[in-house]
Amino acid sequence: MANLLLNVQDLETQFATPEGTIHAVSGVSLTLDEGETLGVVGESGCGKSVTMLSILQLIPTPPGKIVNGKADFLGRDLLSMNNSEIRTIRGAHIGMVFQDPMTSLNPVMTIGKQMAEPLLLHLNMTKNEARNRSIELLEMVGIPRPADRLKDYPHQYSGGMRQRVMIAMALSCIPQILIADEPTTALDVTIQAQIVELVIKLQKELGMSIIWITHDLGVVASVAHRVAVMYGGFFIEDAPVKELYANPLHPYTIGLLNSLPRINKEGRQRLYSIEGMPPVLYQKPMACPFAPRCSFVKEHCWQENPPLIPINSENHKVACWVNTKTGRER
Amino acid sequence: MSIGNETLVRIEDLVMHFPIYRGVIRRQVGAVRAVDGISFEIQQGETLGLVGESGCGKTTTGRTILQLYKPTSGHVYFKDKDLTQLKPEEMRKERKDIQMIFQDPYASLNPRMTLHDIVAEPLIAFGAKKGKAVNERVAELLKLVRLDPDFSSRYPHEFSGGQRQRIGIARSLALNPSFIVCDEPISALDVSIQAQIVNLLEDLQEELNLTYLFIAHDLSMVRHISDRVAVMYLGIIVELADRYEIYNNPLHPYTQALLSSIPVAEPEYYETHQRIVLEGNVPSPANPPSGCRFRTRCPLADKGCSEEQPQLVEVRPGHFAACLKIDQQISEKEVSIQNKK
Repeated sequence: MANLLLNVQDLETQFATPEGTIHAVSGVSLTLDEGETLGVVGESGCGKSVTMLSILQLIPTPPGKIVNGKADFLGRDLLSMNNSEIRTIRGAHIGMVFQDPMTSLNPVMTIGKQMAEPLLLHLNMTKNEARNRSIELLEMVGIPRPADRLKDYPHQYSGGMRQRVMIAMALSCIPQILIADEPTTALDVTIQAQIVELVIKLQKELGMSIIWITHDLGVVASVAHRVAVMYGGFFIEDAPVKELYANPLHPYTIGLLNSLPRINKEGRQRLYSIEGMPPVLYQKPMACPFAPRCSFVKEHCWQENPPLIPINSENHKVACWVNTKTGRER
Repeated sequence: MSIGNETLVRIEDLVMHFPIYRGVIRRQVGAVRAVDGISFEIQQGETLGLVGESGCGKTTTGRTILQLYKPTSGHVYFKDKDLTQLKPEEMRKERKDIQMIFQDPYASLNPRMTLHDIVAEPLIAFGAKKGKAVNERVAELLKLVRLDPDFSSRYPHEFSGGQRQRIGIARSLALNPSFIVCDEPISALDVSIQAQIVNLLEDLQEELNLTYLFIAHDLSMVRHISDRVAVMYLGIIVELADRYEIYNNPLHPYTQALLSSIPVAEPEYYETHQRIVLEGNVPSPANPPSGCRFRTRCPLADKGCSEEQPQLVEVRPGHFAACLKIDQQISEKEVSIQNKK
């Protein structure tokens, strides 16, 4: 088994709003091995981005607040670091790519300037070295005529190219972990395919670990080794990718997979749909967050939130009181 | 579902160019050729899927059919009436019959109007119902889209994305249209909500005998809901066939690449399938490539492709494609099928 790189325990993040406290993430634990790609899947508002932002202390405080938890990275706790310490981690050891490449690049700064920033800051390069390294990086992510394109501004790049620049920047200091937060959601399918192939190729070359956040179960199937499913601020299932798709155990995962139209299946069937809506997280849920929409729901589900525990094998963890195969309580 | 042989909508050589103005005197220096000569028909009761990447002109096509843009040239026949030739007041009468569902349920509802007012507006604007009858019809419509009529005094911000899309659907159904343009109605929604809306659209089609033009970039959902699918690239239709044919036997290299880029929710799929990854980006529609528009990204392109613009031809009954290499494509397929035998 590979070395454990990141170990997050009991992370809890809340946001104070005029309507009350939002329990965005309510005690989640996750691990990431060296060289592994972890896919984090969930619908909007389930807490997947907040989890990742919390790990890097990127939550705006206030209104956000990390209430509890530890994030052990190379023997140090990321959550208890002060500002200057965490800044040596961000970008240098953990790179991040955001969903919208237009709003995450500075529109009034040339691509060259933006790319040089982390290199000057973390690697103490001279301006000339940084320029040469930026050209190498742009070449690596497949931008034609990189030396000329350094002088361009973000609006002169297409959406796919901007996302390539974001990836090049995130990888510029050769981080151990790349966190990709819906990196292809804003892109067209043919461009999405380009970016997915690029990241898979770069991972083989550079050997980093990746956390890939998405709501697209198709993309996850093609990139991840392991998948964690999030719902209502909790991880509800965590398994190796093939195991999860072949043998989903949580009713929510089962519902999600069934609600997809299958492209390589014949005949028109009615889509399975999970009735109801995702929960609003004004209270820390005492019951299972999925209980109101669950078709397997039992008395126990309304009384206690099930813990994420291994079922069947050590690798396949599920948070559910019900055995979905038999429909009975475990 | 009953698909008649009657053609409801017929589009002929539809062209929509948006002029580009430059300089102090706003001289026209060029045009964005958003839709550049497309023709197709939609049968009564059918769902035609229109797919393509952003900027390929699929939304413009939908809006031009509805005469929300005045087309540069071409004709749109609806029940044998040419909408492009109608006077504004005549067009207004036709609008009752042709409606649209918009992509963004957050932006397409007036935040200062209640649910009741939003759904009642078309009824009142067209004088279709008066007094108490308005309330009855609104309640009926809300029931139709599975919304609780008790919510009718609430404002859009009190509803979730999926519920808002239901409001948009209720509004579009208010005047009993026969044809609805669905412009990416599910792309802003979460996966579990998408399935709810697609099921609703299918149920309504059956109940009310609706005809849909379903515009989307999610190819797996288009395959699910459509009877026939048209693929657009840079303002033109490159392939059109029934959904079984287009997904199992795509003939245009762009369709093939597009289908192979769809992420499939089966990890094993990627062990046996190689993605066709297209190089580069979609060229600007203000300055499309000469000849075949796809040639700059096409793996099959040669010199001939830059000289001649391929026409959309019927390769097999009901299967249209626009590619100069189409004969080569077909013969290669037949060889590979024979080899398998």
